[in-house]
Amino acid sequence: MLSRKVEIWVGLFLLAGIAAFLVLVFKVANVEVQAGNSSYTLYARFTNVGGLKVRSPVKVGGVVVGRVSQIELDPERLVAVVTLNMDGRYRNFPESSSLSILTSGLLGEQFLGLTPGFVDDESVMLKDGDRIADTKSALVLEDLIGQFLYSMGKKD
Amino acid sequence: MNHKSDTLVEIRNLGFSRGERVIYEDISLAIPRGKVTAIMGPSGIGKTTLLKLIAGQLTPDHGEVLFDGVDIHKVSRSELFELRKRMSMLFQSGALFTDINVFDNVAFALREHSGLDEAIIRRIVLMKLEAVGLRGAAQLMPSELSGGMQRRAALARAIALEPEMVMYDEPFAGQDPISMGVLVKLIRELSDALSLTSVVVSHDVGEVLGIADYVYVIADKKIIAEGTPAELKASDDARLRQFIGGEPDGPVPFHYPAADYQKELVGGVN
Amino acid sequence: MALIDAVARLGRAAIGQVTGMGRAGLMLWGALVAVPRPAKGMPLLIKQLYVVGVQSLIIILVSGLFIGMVLALQGYTILVDFGTEESLGPMVALSLLRELGPVVTALLFAGRAGSALTAEIGLMKSTEQLSSLEMMAVDPLRQIIAPRFWAGVISMPILAVLFTAVGIWGGHIVGVEWKGIDHGAFWSILQASVEWRQDIVNCLIKSLVFAIVVTWIALYRGYEVVPNPEGISKATTSTVVQSSLAVLALDFLLTAIMFG
Repeated sequence: MLSRKVEIWVGLFLLAGIAAFLVLVFKVANVEVQAGNSSYTLYARFTNVGGLKVRSPVKVGGVVVGRVSQIELDPERLVAVVTLNMDGRYRNFPESSSLSILTSGLLGEQFLGLTPGFVDDESVMLKDGDRIADTKSALVLEDLIGQFLYSMGKKD
Repeated sequence: MNHKSDTLVEIRNLGFSRGERVIYEDISLAIPRGKVTAIMGPSGIGKTTLLKLIAGQLTPDHGEVLFDGVDIHKVSRSELFELRKRMSMLFQSGALFTDINVFDNVAFALREHSGLDEAIIRRIVLMKLEAVGLRGAAQLMPSELSGGMQRRAALARAIALEPEMVMYDEPFAGQDPISMGVLVKLIRELSDALSLTSVVVSHDVGEVLGIADYVYVIADKKIIAEGTPAELKASDDARLRQFIGGEPDGPVPFHYPAADYQKELVGGVN
Repeated sequence: MALIDAVARLGRAAIGQVTGMGRAGLMLWGALVAVPRPAKGMPLLIKQLYVVGVQSLIIILVSGLFIGMVLALQGYTILVDFGTEESLGPMVALSLLRELGPVVTALLFAGRAGSALTAEIGLMKSTEQLSSLEMMAVDPLRQIIAPRFWAGVISMPILAVLFTAVGIWGGHIVGVEWKGIDHGAFWSILQASVEWRQDIVNCLIKSLVFAIVVTWIALYRGYEVVPNPEGISKATTSTVVQSSLAVLALDFLLTAIMFG
């Protein structure tokens, strides 16, 4: 009753729909399939997170090693607490590593730059649930401009 | 099962209205088993409505329709569907399914209800198409057939499940003389060969009187005459004479009911 | 007296609306509660997926591509003034995912498939094919309405996803290939701002809601048609008008719930 052509087209239509959906999920939303416990969590406190967002990347030397999974305000200390979801392949960051909020380009997206600390015999590596103590908050453009104008004014 | 009565369908004191408009006031008639019964009357009096009332597609205001002793308007939907497998209708337009070919049209009810396998269905369909002379057109789409051929294909579909009763809604309307002759012959032959009960609704006086065993004439919401064709021809009822003779004016008025002509012309907008 | 007349008219209109909605609900109920018959239902569904889905592909894909390209072009001319043309990616992707994808697909679907469904069923009714099914003891709701409804509900989200994907590709063509935005920047910023739950799931939910409403209106208009050519043409028009309005109103409602 149904011609072969109709069946093939409907099959292709459904496949195209699934393919487009997968493209949206993996290429556009960039959802990463995480296999089991191959990721670990770190925390960091910032006085100002600036334009940092959930899913902003964490980079070491430009390489993405994790993403921001949560940004909250610590209700007691009144500072921002950022939760990092780190890629399980990169585990060897010493406790003395520092985290700073950087901007790609002048007005681009903000990301977290992780600078690994020194390693010696006594240094302990960061593990799941640890907090990175050494953090540098976001540079706020208005503050920068204010400082710049102030220093210009002093020169005259 | 006790003995079957001679009457297959009996209508008792049927009344039906559509909105404000009364179509039937009080109609009683009986359709005998295995005969060709004709229901005649001028156009626009709801003859098709009567068939739909018999088939249970419409519900009457009062009165009952008995099909083989069962009141068709009192049974559940599934029982109604069971009853409908025993009757079928040939619609005025043929009502073939336009998206499938003639063969599949005829096979449709068989595939739905018979549970037979495809090889047997194929044989039955070809037999039915042969009976209406359209075996060669099995693979054509309905739109490729002429009006008369569509109606014959629809007839093949109507008899596919071997119903006890076939209702023909205006089978002759808009047909050329040859197709008309073919249809008259088919209805008569099918009725005799399969001992079908046939109900023909029509206003084509000549054809109907030619094939019917018994005729009811409906006009003005009531049955105005009934009898065999011979009896009707011999009747001297004025309304019947007008209808059979095809006179433009008479007891069935030429004018649609209206206010007084002169008053309306002179009076202007009320 | 005029006031009472007006109140009476309002009442009559309201009763008419409610009756109509009740009848539409009954129709859908009748079509969907029927026990599914996979052996017979599947071919009907596949055929309708072809008519409703596959035959709407061309218009959806072409419109998606052009809308994505136009969006990127307009966005670029504005963003370039602020030196933030890298943000073109999220602008195009989010507009498409959150609004244009589901909404424009639904509007095009109403015009392409919805009107065709109404006309087809209206024609079936006026040529007594529906009565004829009933006379053959086959429920037209199950045979005609149900497969078309499911085909619409399955097709539209697929079409919306295709529309969005093609639109983003169109944005990429204009932004990256033509205007020279850095490929990596375009995609990484886009990826950073599109969220699976917020954007993609909501896109699908919107599309599913629109699919149900548009298909339902189209089928009901066809099923309740006044069986003559004038009735069919009126029903077809009102399918497009009513489903477009319903889609836009529901879009506002859904947006307020999802993003408000």
